[in-house]
Amino acid sequence: MSFSWTRVGAILHKELRDYRRNRFVIATMAATPALFIALPTIQLIAANATGKAVTLRVGLSLLYMLVVPVIMPSVISAYSVVGERDQGTLEPVLSTPIRREELLIAKALAAFVPTLVVAYAVFGIFLAIAALFAHPAIVSAIYAGTHVLVQLLFTPLLAGWAVWIGIAVSTRSTDVRAAQQLSVLGSAPPLAILVLMSLNVITVSTALAIALAAALLAFDLLAWRVVAAMFDRERLVTGSRG
Amino acid sequence: MSALDGSKREPAVVVEHLSKHFAKRVAFDDVTFEVGVGEVFGFLGPNGAGKTTTVRTLGTLIAPSSGSATVAGVPLSPRNGPAIRSRISIMPESPGLYLRLSVLENLECFAGLYELDDVRGHIDRALGAVNLAERARDLCGSLSKGLRQRVALARALLNDPAVLFLDEPTSGLDPVATREVHELIASLRERGVTIFLTTHRLEEAERLCDRVAILNTTLRLIGRPDELRQQLFRRSLDVRLRAPLADPEAVFGAVGEVQGWEQTPSGYTLAVSDPDLATPALARALVAAEADILSLAESRHSLEDVYLELVNEDVEAKSR
Ligand SMILES: Nc1ncnc2c1ncn2[C@@H]1O[C@H](COP(=O)(O)OP(=O)(O)OP(=O)(O)O)[C@@H](O)[C@H]1O
Ligand SMILES: [Mg+2]
Repeated sequence: MSFSWTRVGAILHKELRDYRRNRFVIATMAATPALFIALPTIQLIAANATGKAVTLRVGLSLLYMLVVPVIMPSVISAYSVVGERDQGTLEPVLSTPIRREELLIAKALAAFVPTLVVAYAVFGIFLAIAALFAHPAIVSAIYAGTHVLVQLLFTPLLAGWAVWIGIAVSTRSTDVRAAQQLSVLGSAPPLAILVLMSLNVITVSTALAIALAAALLAFDLLAWRVVAAMFDRERLVTGSRG
Repeated sequence: MSALDGSKREPAVVVEHLSKHFAKRVAFDDVTFEVGVGEVFGFLGPNGAGKTTTVRTLGTLIAPSSGSATVAGVPLSPRNGPAIRSRISIMPESPGLYLRLSVLENLECFAGLYELDDVRGHIDRALGAVNLAERARDLCGSLSKGLRQRVALARALLNDPAVLFLDEPTSGLDPVATREVHELIASLRERGVTIFLTTHRLEEAERLCDRVAILNTTLRLIGRPDELRQQLFRRSLDVRLRAPLADPEAVFGAVGEVQGWEQTPSGYTLAVSDPDLATPALARALVAAEADILSLAESRHSLEDVYLELVNEDVEAKSR
């Protein structure tokens, strides 16, 4: 028996159905973007934009928005395994022919896909509001250079990182809340690098950005192997619950 | 569903010297048994006996420490996990349903996990088997415990399992819901489904099962419910007398068939090899000793006595 996308699809479909009726997930998906779109937008609109400050301010606002693809998936994915375990649904799922890789990839997609949709939507709204209401100098600063490209590229890369960290934490946790805190903490490092870049502590260069992107991409594509190795069916089924 | 042709087949489950040890604790040890195709096999034992651990081991959720087994024709090994799990199904102790999803949505998810072709057909049949067709659109969170158990049973029937493992399917149910589940199991039995049923309820095992194994970490006894009763107890005679004997040892010791005796509030209980030989000899001895016999009869034991006897033996053994 080999890897089955049917089984991945079954879990993914189930998760998306579940989200729609899960107040906690709805709240996370709504609150995170709401929070992280309001501030940068207000800042930008309020700014009256002269000189060098503009670039920095635009950079900061955009960076702020990259928090969405980090926080949102890390909270959702932290729930993925320990949450099922808590509800007692993990054992029946693991009693089917599903392989751990299938389950993990399904769980990853279930956190990744909605994040991507929400994060891009947030960015789109931000761009639209900026275009309509911000000072023209700021608008041109946003569209100048590689800002938009960087944003579009780093959104999925960061989300992937956060998803895998969250699932890894989730396979080893016995408590949903602790898993979420640990997961958010664990997903922060790449964000910290970006903060340092935008504050010019680390000098931004194309080479550095590409290196960072490549590192994240490699992590996103390979992490499932590590997480699969951490996924111990026996411990998850018999281990004590939190 | 499964074996309806009368031809000889290899057993549905073969277990040989299987053990599972956790870090400090022995869950079950050196367990050997077979379950025939179409059989309802009861796995009876008190709390902590290792029933659930056995089911999980045979269901490839956990790895055995030693020993071997074949489940639904596939040898138990880490590599064969998916193959075994696709041929069997397990209904765990708690139903484990997605409470925010409807009955139908729960079953759709599992139909996908089993990669079933005719999803609608499988779901309709499973729901029909547990009489839940009209509740298909209800959210599982809104169902009673008994109904949730039935949904879990429907879920376990989806893939037409060669072996259906039911782990304490009636635990926590009221008598009405329990009877419904019993009737469902009986109807599955009619259809020839091989069932491995764990329970700590004797009447359940006695009522539903073709054969019963009594487990208390090790396998204590195995057989048909009526056989077990005979097998465990040394056959015995109950003697009631108007007054106690002056010298019971002298009277009972003289009767060859009596292997041992003990005084009870109403008289004596004698361990005998064959009640049919012992009874007349004993009657003669008692009359010779001038005892007034009120009654002299073979003791009858329910399976419950067998069970309690075994479990108590273990408690005594452990406290030693
Ligand atoms: N993960 C584990 N680590 C250590 N010991 C365990 C573990 N899981 C089970 N045990 C022990 O193994 C023994 C058998 O447990 P099991 O759950 O199989 O019993 P059971 O017969 O199903 O009991 P019950 O009737 O309570 O369901 C128990 O003593 C239990 O404490
Ligand atoms: Mg149990």
